[in-house]
Amino acid sequence: MNTTPQSASVSKAIVVEAGIERAFEVFVSDFGRFKPPEHNILGAPLAETVFEPHVGGHIVDRGVDGSECRWARVLAYEPPHRLLISWDLDPRWQIETDPARTSEIEVRFIAEAPNRTRVELEHRYLERHGEGWEGIRDGVDGANGWPLYLRRFAELLAT
Amino acid sequence: MDQLATLADPTRRAIFERLADRPWAVGELAGELPVSRPAVSQHLKVLKDAGLVTDQRAGNRRIYRLDPEGVGALRDYLDQFWTRALDAYKATVEQQSEEVS
Repeated sequence: MNTTPQSASVSKAIVVEAGIERAFEVFVSDFGRFKPPEHNILGAPLAETVFEPHVGGHIVDRGVDGSECRWARVLAYEPPHRLLISWDLDPRWQIETDPARTSEIEVRFIAEAPNRTRVELEHRYLERHGEGWEGIRDGVDGANGWPLYLRRFAELLAT
Repeated sequence: MDQLATLADPTRRAIFERLADRPWAVGELAGELPVSRPAVSQHLKVLKDAGLVTDQRAGNRRIYRLDPEGVGALRDYLDQFWTRALDAYKATVEQQSEEVS
């Protein structure tokens, strides 16, 4: 499980039986339907997740009590070919306000046939979340640090 | 062994929590904990293999700290996260295509 900065990215690809326009449209408009629902840091139950379809927009989790969490920024919006969003959560599962310490996710849509699209996803620059790690080390305690993070990880794997 | 299993051991957990405060040498940790120095070294090796801590030689001592990259667990988490998200995405988009056609 050793990870070096050079390998600090996650790459995925999937082929869907849908045309490229629809593949892109569903990815954006239904993002909240397929995103693993436990991935949110709201204090209230999740009501909806909205992917704002324009550069400068956000991916927003909204709780039933009206609270909001904007955990991603839309950096590129190029239908139907490409999306680029940031990941503004730090390893302690808190909103990261320094863009220099956020990673990014590129999603590419490639038409393989009129009704078949390859979707490639790369979540990269994960090492940026590690910068300043020593600085936040003081905050890594039993309540909010690695134990919380690892518990989230366990919950994900258990579902 | 994954990171959760690594930290399930109470002695390793105790070592890990001390390293969360500051870097420690092996001998210092052995002086704090009710286990032998070789046992501490063995626990540190397991923590290091799991990507949770890293070490650095300082003279004839070896100093351990939390992995400054701090991304090993994050990467594994995101790997799982995106696998699940894309599988669910495929189901969603193909279901809608059927409805349309």
